[in-house]
Amino acid sequence: MKIQILCLLPLAMSLSCASVADEVIIDQLNKEFVFGGETVAALTIKTGDTLVFRNRDEFFHNIYSLSDLTTFDLGSFPKGDARSVTFDEPGVAEIECAIHPDMYMTVEVE
Amino acid sequence: MNKKLLSAILLSAFFTLAPQLVYAEKSDYLRPKLTVPADNINNPARVTLGKNLFFDPRLSGSRWISCATCHNPGLGWADGLATGIGHGMGGLLRSSPTVINTAYNKFQFWDGRARTLEAQAVEPIKAAGEMARDMKELTIELESIAGYKKMFDKAYPGEGVSETTIGKALAAYERTLITADAPFDRWVAGDETAMSDAAKRGFEVFEGKGQCDLCHSGFNFQDDGFHNIGIQQDPPDAGRYNVRPVAILMGAFKTPTLREITRTSPYMHNGSYKTLLEVVDHYDRGGDTDKNLSPNIRPLGLTQSEKTDLVAFMVALVTEKPLAVTLPNLPQISPEYPQ
Repeated sequence: MKIQILCLLPLAMSLSCASVADEVIIDQLNKEFVFGGETVAALTIKTGDTLVFRNRDEFFHNIYSLSDLTTFDLGSFPKGDARSVTFDEPGVAEIECAIHPDMYMTVEVE
Repeated sequence: MNKKLLSAILLSAFFTLAPQLVYAEKSDYLRPKLTVPADNINNPARVTLGKNLFFDPRLSGSRWISCATCHNPGLGWADGLATGIGHGMGGLLRSSPTVINTAYNKFQFWDGRARTLEAQAVEPIKAAGEMARDMKELTIELESIAGYKKMFDKAYPGEGVSETTIGKALAAYERTLITADAPFDRWVAGDETAMSDAAKRGFEVFEGKGQCDLCHSGFNFQDDGFHNIGIQQDPPDAGRYNVRPVAILMGAFKTPTLREITRTSPYMHNGSYKTLLEVVDHYDRGGDTDKNLSPNIRPLGLTQSEKTDLVAFMVALVTEKPLAVTLPNLPQISPEYPQ
């Protein structure tokens, strides 16, 4: 029995780690990044967390990053749609909307 | 089936399937406060210096191109050409944009490569194809002209004559090139007689069926955004993609203002249309190429009267009198000339 518990321990630890990773929703509203109802310019997340970009504007947004930490292009998406990206390594990423580049935020991945 | 029930189902289906248009409020078009950098607050000395520099052809390598050559006050602060002409009569790739209300823009140039007016203003001076002036030589020359030296000292005490202060002064002057109220502004303020009925109907089309306000939004009728609107161009111009290599930006350009629009023909980043009706037709057919086309662009199905109403609305964005300007007497090299 003890051996069985020890065998299961890594699995339990793995599940525990998986549940620690969060999904963080960032809205695009009035051409601003919004987190928890507030405009956000800088955000800190954990390694493994996923940012979900949700478009609440009437027009398309196109979220991307060309940072040293990560490069991604989520493509154009309309109101009501969402796109996500997971950060697997620590560092700092700059995130913009390609269509409305005044929409800019940094994400520090711890 | 019960007729009432059928009507209710059809109505419900219509509202579910039809695109939900969200109209802007009149207050969305009110004049915003200008944002000015803390180290370049406008004052008369800075504006005067900037105005002299703006109209001075000695800022160019050839000594005959000034900022005002391409941004001519008599031509809506643009040049009336499809694409600009630069150093040695060389043709440029893009249309000269008006500098009217550019102070409200968060991005400068068609591709937005400058974030501030200060940074933008010096780039055409240095560009080989535009004014082709060596900046170091220019600062030495300006410093040697007593009238200019005095103006720089007064405008930027202790900062000297430099690329930085030249850019600051030009920016200070450009921040004074702001439109007065147009008929549309008076209508927004509550004067129902300020706009014609055609213009009012055109505004409905602008915000409704035309969805023009998706990009031409706010007081300055531009969204600080970059869009590929389906202009057929040979050779192609990558536009904003040269600044940010993101797929959607291939062939995308900054949304221009619609203010003073009848004075700034021809239109589009390559000046491909002479009239506003041609522009409206372009959008009505959903552009001329779907290569990397913005998802906002699609055939609109406008009627002829909707198109003319739309043009009437844009005419209501034009002030009755263009911004008045008097040309400066530029400082002369020789000290015996009046300064």
